[in-house]
Amino acid sequence: MTYSVPQVRFPLPAEPPGGFFYKIHVDLTLLAALILLSSIGFVILYSAGGQHIDLVFRQATRLGIAYATMLILAQIPPRHFRHYAPGLFVIGIGLLAAVLIMGEIGKGAQRWLNLGLFRFQPSEMIKISTPMMISWYLAENPLPPRIKQILITGILIIVPTLLIAKQPDLGTALLVAASGAAVLFVSGIRWRFLLKVGIVLGGLTPLLWHFMREYQRARILTFLNPEADPLGNGYHIIQSKIAIGSGGIYGKGWLNGTQAQLEFLPERSTDFIFAVFAEEFGLLGCLTLLLVYLMIICRCLYIALQAQDTFSRLLAGSLSITFFVYVFVNIGMVIGILPVVGVPLPLISYGGTSMVTLLAGFGILMSIHTHRRLLPI
Amino acid sequence: MPRRLTIKDAYLENRLFLNRLVVAVAGILVFVIGLTARLVYLQVAGHEHYSSLSKNNRVKISPLPPTRGLIYDRNGEILAENVTTYSLEIIPEQVDDLERTLLSLKTLLNIDDEEIESFRTLKRRSKSFASIPLLLRMNEDELARFSVRRLHFPGVEIHARLVRKYPHADLMSHVIGYVGRINEDELKSIDAAVYQGTNHIGKIGIEKSYETVLHGTAGYEEIETNAQGRLIHTIGNVSPTPGADLHLSLDIHLQKTAYDALAEYTGAVVAIEPDTGNVLVFASKPGFDPNPFVYGIPKKDYAALQSSPDRPLFNRALHGVYPPGSTVKPFIGLAGLEVGATDRGRRTYCPGFYRLPNSSHRYRDWRKGGHGSVDLKTAIIQSCDVYFYDLAHDMGITRLSGFLARFGFGTRTGIDLTGEKSGLLPSPEWKRRIRNQPWYPGETLITGIGQGFFQVTTLQLAKATAIMANRGRAVSPRLVTRIVHHDHSIITVQPDASDVPLGAANVDSIIEAMIDVVHGARGTARKISEGIDYRIAGKTGTAQVFTVKQQESYKESQVDKKLRDHALFVAFAPADRPRIAISVIVENGGHGGSVAAPIAGLVIKQYLANKSS
Repeated sequence: MTYSVPQVRFPLPAEPPGGFFYKIHVDLTLLAALILLSSIGFVILYSAGGQHIDLVFRQATRLGIAYATMLILAQIPPRHFRHYAPGLFVIGIGLLAAVLIMGEIGKGAQRWLNLGLFRFQPSEMIKISTPMMISWYLAENPLPPRIKQILITGILIIVPTLLIAKQPDLGTALLVAASGAAVLFVSGIRWRFLLKVGIVLGGLTPLLWHFMREYQRARILTFLNPEADPLGNGYHIIQSKIAIGSGGIYGKGWLNGTQAQLEFLPERSTDFIFAVFAEEFGLLGCLTLLLVYLMIICRCLYIALQAQDTFSRLLAGSLSITFFVYVFVNIGMVIGILPVVGVPLPLISYGGTSMVTLLAGFGILMSIHTHRRLLPI
Repeated sequence: MPRRLTIKDAYLENRLFLNRLVVAVAGILVFVIGLTARLVYLQVAGHEHYSSLSKNNRVKISPLPPTRGLIYDRNGEILAENVTTYSLEIIPEQVDDLERTLLSLKTLLNIDDEEIESFRTLKRRSKSFASIPLLLRMNEDELARFSVRRLHFPGVEIHARLVRKYPHADLMSHVIGYVGRINEDELKSIDAAVYQGTNHIGKIGIEKSYETVLHGTAGYEEIETNAQGRLIHTIGNVSPTPGADLHLSLDIHLQKTAYDALAEYTGAVVAIEPDTGNVLVFASKPGFDPNPFVYGIPKKDYAALQSSPDRPLFNRALHGVYPPGSTVKPFIGLAGLEVGATDRGRRTYCPGFYRLPNSSHRYRDWRKGGHGSVDLKTAIIQSCDVYFYDLAHDMGITRLSGFLARFGFGTRTGIDLTGEKSGLLPSPEWKRRIRNQPWYPGETLITGIGQGFFQVTTLQLAKATAIMANRGRAVSPRLVTRIVHHDHSIITVQPDASDVPLGAANVDSIIEAMIDVVHGARGTARKISEGIDYRIAGKTGTAQVFTVKQQESYKESQVDKKLRDHALFVAFAPADRPRIAISVIVENGGHGGSVAAPIAGLVIKQYLANKSS
């Protein structure tokens, strides 16, 4: 059953649908900001990766694929996403279960499903299909959600989260949970429910501890006291802090970060690339980068605001907030205010799969924004 | 689930959504301010602290490459070892005036301009804090002269490292091969963790085929350095696991005998122990000095090796394919007996040529007047071509090549070296598939005397001879007999054997004929039977060289030489209880009996003399 929500005026100027980019389903503002961000990514990746241009080319190839995915998804009207949301979610859960049962073992963790031609990471797909599913479910009912819907939503969040945590991929599990929670949040869940959910989650923390592997626990303990183990688990965070702190206000300059170039900093082209950036471009560079991220997030939230039906709105809101969570968790981890969980810095870190998912999310946002109709006021 | 009748309040929903987005933006701003605060704390307030930590950052993890395994011959003689060499390296960043430093080093150590130039090229491609080699091999004199003045050269250091050395140079080059710098392609196929700190990898020969065993596993150490990156002391380490040592079945003295016996000829000698497949001799002449390849051979030296008419880089024993000529006759004779195309009593009249029915083309015997009436034994002893033309014709190509395949012709022997050639055992199917042409009866005839399309490697001939010596047991030749690991565990490589069903009486009669080739009054290799108290079974061969290779443009005498026939000889001894099987190919050597057989004779005599004493 499809019914569109009668539009009421928002206290922000509405962007009328139309124009060339509207027709080809591209949001120019968002695209420009994303390209700016990926360009910054290339610059810092060249430095972080030991000045190997090959690495940058490989990343560019992946980014090309990711951008193509985004542009393709932008062509699909949001009603299709809504229509297929439950199906995609069920398939995603099935694949996650399949990974656990027969997944290839890589790095001691089971994340990949070998589909013959390529290897597929179902947890990436579930990153998008979970908020999509919850948006679909909540949009079917009047908002704000009642207690029963909140409970069902809770189950929809917990099932994929546990399946991913079991792989074990704590970082992704938390991000999926966050994306589901973000839908609940924007759906207008009452504050007292929110409080209760918070208390329940807090109560579940010991359970989470039980689910964690040894190395994950070590990371949490390390976070609480990095100096206790300076050559083992604490090494990352200590070196990272030295890199960032020694960068100062203006930075040491591109290609001149000693922490990164002398290879003191581990994982400098992947999860810890922000530390390289902070070392070489300093506080001013960091603030600039944060500003670019903020630009993107604000544009996404604006798109959510302009969305014309409940499903699109909830989904757009969730995707925007989740993007911020990515950025926050990664930077938080690198600057030592969050434990080390394997979350890449969006569009900057070296690595392919998560980038495709990320840009797929932006593709959906563009689709939502460019499939609006002119509505009578 | 029955849906309750509920009314959506659009206005309320919109208000609510807007509300939440405003809260979200506020929340995001709070978090961003949190991040900013932390960054300010680290980069402004903590800048001085972290800056000094960064400058004093001293604990580094550096890889410890493993020592490469050594290679020994069967007597424990070392064939590949690691020697310490000293290189002079410069860290440009740490040198105040690079030009002046280079100039004074140049006069101090007599460095030529070429080396300075290659240093500059390397420097352009490296990071400023990387250590760049200026001199790769310092001799003791240079070492001493620099060490005394070391203090005047900050940023210039002597590095000691183990480098592969091959003491027997060209004698062993085609067996042992060499290591060289890891190239881009190899980089993709190796495990980076295992090769941390390793610059070299096996390129050819044993060095390549046993790379994983020889290499070992890298370790690492945590080192404390001062601000310039200079080592202060080691905090802790995980030792590398050295590569395993290899013990070969080769006998260096026998190898040298064979190699020297080839004298000025080019060619190959392979000798194996028939019952184990142990390779005793694996010589290809000329060889080359593999030592320059370890450092990176200068281009002009490499070009000289490549363009040399003797082709020293060409592994004749493994890659050289030759028509087997008459050495294949014992096998074809055995085929005739086994498939019933002839028997020991059957005689053929040899007028000096053979004609197919309804054809005027004459297939000539090597002896113009012919051998007269010959049986199989005489045909082998005197190497009568006409008998074998006739036999091949009667047998037909399918049965002929089918039988020869059992002796390993046309397939790789399975030796533990990479890139072995499989030769060519022709058959009508092969010709149709590859050349899309029918098989002609005349081609069966010349296959019967080991000419035409038929091609073998020296190694294949040795293996086939060993199968004959074993009276029907095939053993894959192998070079490595023992692998001794770092923890003293020893892996003994077991022979890989399989049975070739043959009639004992048939084999015996062929071997009798082969004995008479060496010991008979009219045998083609009778010269080598002098002074021994055991019997050698052998067969000579002469292979025609049909075409002049490549575009050769040297003197007439040399061209003539290149057109001369290849001389071949296969043998095993003692004939009753064989301990060595050998094949010899002498390129453009002329006759097998006069050139190739004496080389085999020397090797056999030396080997059996040592063994009995």
